[in-house]
Amino acid sequence: MALLQTTNLTANYGDFQALFGVDIALNEAETVAIIGANGAGKTTLMRSIAGVLRNTPEAVSFDGRPIGTTPADEIMAQGVAMVPEGRKLFPSLSVEENLLIGTYGRKTSGHWNLTTIYELFPILGERRNNPGTALSGGQQQMVAIGRALMSNPRVLLCDEISLGLAPVVIKDIYKAVPKIKEAGASLIVVEQDIAQAMAVADRVYCMMEGRVTLSGTPDSLSRDDIHKAYFGAGH
Amino acid sequence: MIWIDTVIQGVLLGGLYALFASGLSLVFGIMRLVNLAHGDLIVMGAYLILVLVTLLGLSPFVAVLIAMPMMFAVGWLLQKFLLNRTLGDDILPPLLVTFGLSIALQNALLEGFSADSQRLPTNALTTASVDVGPITLGVMPLLTFGSAVLVIVALNQLFYRTELGRAFRATSDDATTASLMGIKPGNIFATATGIALVIVTIAALYLGLRANFDPNIGPARLIYAFEAVIIGGLGSLWGTLLGGIIIGVAQTVGAAINPEWQILAGHVAFLAVLLIRPRGLFPRVND
Amino acid sequence: MAYTVTTQTRASRITTALGAVLIVVLFALPFFAGRGTIQDMFFILTMLVLAQFWNLLAGYGGLVSIGQQAFVGMGAYALFGGVILWGLDPVPAILLAGAAALVIAVPTAFFAFRLNGAYFAIGTWVIAEVFRLLVAQWKTLGGGTGTSLPRDATRDMWFVELIKEALDVRSAAARDILAYWLALVLALVTIGGIYWLLRTRRGLALAAVRDNTEAAKSVGVDAGRMKWIVFLTSAFGTGLAGGLIYMQKARISPDAAFSVTDWTAYVIFIVVIGGIGTIEGPIIGVLVFFLLQSLLADFGSWYLLTLGVLAIAIMLVAPRGLWGLLSERTGLHLFPIRRRLIGGRLTSSEE
Ligand SMILES: Nc1ncnc2c1ncn2[C@@H]1O[C@H](COP(=O)(O)OP(=O)(O)O)[C@@H](O)[C@H]1O
Ligand SMILES: [Mg+2]
Repeated sequence: MALLQTTNLTANYGDFQALFGVDIALNEAETVAIIGANGAGKTTLMRSIAGVLRNTPEAVSFDGRPIGTTPADEIMAQGVAMVPEGRKLFPSLSVEENLLIGTYGRKTSGHWNLTTIYELFPILGERRNNPGTALSGGQQQMVAIGRALMSNPRVLLCDEISLGLAPVVIKDIYKAVPKIKEAGASLIVVEQDIAQAMAVADRVYCMMEGRVTLSGTPDSLSRDDIHKAYFGAGH
Repeated sequence: MIWIDTVIQGVLLGGLYALFASGLSLVFGIMRLVNLAHGDLIVMGAYLILVLVTLLGLSPFVAVLIAMPMMFAVGWLLQKFLLNRTLGDDILPPLLVTFGLSIALQNALLEGFSADSQRLPTNALTTASVDVGPITLGVMPLLTFGSAVLVIVALNQLFYRTELGRAFRATSDDATTASLMGIKPGNIFATATGIALVIVTIAALYLGLRANFDPNIGPARLIYAFEAVIIGGLGSLWGTLLGGIIIGVAQTVGAAINPEWQILAGHVAFLAVLLIRPRGLFPRVND
Repeated sequence: MAYTVTTQTRASRITTALGAVLIVVLFALPFFAGRGTIQDMFFILTMLVLAQFWNLLAGYGGLVSIGQQAFVGMGAYALFGGVILWGLDPVPAILLAGAAALVIAVPTAFFAFRLNGAYFAIGTWVIAEVFRLLVAQWKTLGGGTGTSLPRDATRDMWFVELIKEALDVRSAAARDILAYWLALVLALVTIGGIYWLLRTRRGLALAAVRDNTEAAKSVGVDAGRMKWIVFLTSAFGTGLAGGLIYMQKARISPDAAFSVTDWTAYVIFIVVIGGIGTIEGPIIGVLVFFLLQSLLADFGSWYLLTLGVLAIAIMLVAPRGLWGLLSERTGLHLFPIRRRLIGGRLTSSEE
């Protein structure tokens, strides 16, 4: 039984259907990458899992329990945290307050706390009292990751954490992934950067137009397959 | 000398208006909701204190301590089960629902307490005054102003020093992302309205001690509160205090020139600020 | 396809025919109805006019005003001023009422447009209060206690003599009939005019402005200008209604003429209950409102309490009002134009 699973997941924005029966699974201690072009439905998939978009109860299950209709805050309390696309830091909160909000109303036990987050991303410790939005893009992304880690999640959903960042910064951020896994989290990493995704993932799903078009381990997939699954057969 | 006295009385009156306004400012700051029943809730608070005073034979200052948690509960339930359902992109539902609530509340109070004006019982303390040099200051206005300052200090502490305050600010910034962090926006909003009604109760105490009240005076209190909030700049609590003071001073100065101009002068001051600084004196940056 | 089009034409032809019959009956009403009915109908028609203009503002323009009493009051006072100070006949003075409302609408809009959304609502209310307090200082018109129209002005009013002779009624009844006919004309012109406005290119742009000012800007709609047009139009119409209402009452005071309950709260309830953002809504709403008032008016504050609770319930359960429910069920549209969808509630879901 997978730790986190979607079964025939669909999603709509008004009349527009964004997901058509998506099945993905994430096993304990695994890192799964989801790749796909802009508009493929990756963010919609993440938001459906995290409870921002509602589904039927069985469409999403976590740890054997159906969570498709569970509100976002309760899903987070159960152990699924998200680093949202575009970072979404709270502008009225300082760096440290942004981190602390990840533990709102709960005592969490586990590896992650302010001290260990500042070890993971030392620059955040130096800038702890700055407003979150006064930081550079890469630093903001670190805050967003730290904020999600503060709840010591069992599953971490990362939506395009490399978006808009310089290659050296991306490398810096991805350096944290092994440490996050080590501390006991399983990851779903959404990426448009295929090479980056292949490098960290145990398995890869490729999405196009609201459907999973390809899946497998990184070495079992040829460049050609991925190209087709990414852009469609016509290209 | 008489002018200095007038202005000081106005400043102290501004404390009362700041008390009226703080709850409105708090709720607007967190959920962009303007509660048109705010003034009627103040009046309801005054009646609640009056009932406690009459039934239990308490001093108003003790009765208010019992009324505060009751009003918190009213605010919490009101927000959770009624007002939360109106929040969204469309401004009509919250406006029309709170307007309906305002009318319903006014008439419920009329039905329950009649249109006769009431007053909370005063004692030696509430009618006392102190001489500061050549100027005589009433103890009541001083207490009101002091309470307003205390309320604003307390709210700022709550906002910037507590976990709940962090959650308030985060939810105000972005409710959806806040829910991803384990916050229930609906409960945060309910708590905020609960706190707003605790402040409303304090405002109600001074409203009822200083002057007569009846079920119809709510809308005028809403208007004063609104003017103070706008003058100060949306969401700025110290700005709200200053806004209250400006309205208060305008009213006492207006009244000193011609008693019939008291209210009008307050409104004119508001319009003048709106003309010069449409976003208020201390506008929030990210609105 | 062609068949469908023909049926639709036939259907709307039937509607038009029925409408025409209704209008004829309404005009003929004074010939067979008593004075009480005429007075009730006057009340219904004037409230309908106010409701249509508030609906134009809030339902189509997204401008929720709680200050319409400013225009009713100013219009009414202008009429009294014109009659008492300048010796005008009350009937043409109704136009003066509209003009006065239009004149004060300009500074009102200037201030209120600086406020957004909910603050616009309270802002209009504050400005209405300012006008009430200013008018209360106008001593020649009775100051805070108010005044009445001079007896000879109402007695010699245009058309009254004619109606007296034609219908063989006393002069008080003739005045009511005159007021009723004027209200009927005003209501028909209002509905026709708003329907026309909404079907022009301007009107369609209006929907765009209401739905999203930014988006409207990006497709080249001048949102600011549309807001002004809607605001001034509503002020003018509301002022005319205010003049007419107080011409019939013949007695005025600032508190009554600038009453937020009578001229704005009731009007909002009418529109919300009937269905905001439709022309049919206020018509249904005013009938329901009148019915409720006839049934509950003796219960004093219970009546307003009920109205308030009813408005809340409708806003939550059926935000498109009674007409919205009806047209959903039957697909009926008496005044087909694009209509609004309201609702949207807070959940953590964004569907
Ligand atoms: N809030 C929304 N409303 C309407 N359509 C949306 C919304 N968000 C995303 N979409 C549409 O859903 C599809 C999938 O979007 P998304 O999940 O953001 O894709 P990705 O993250 O893969 O780029 C796109 O066609 C997008 O335009
Ligand atoms: Mg995306």
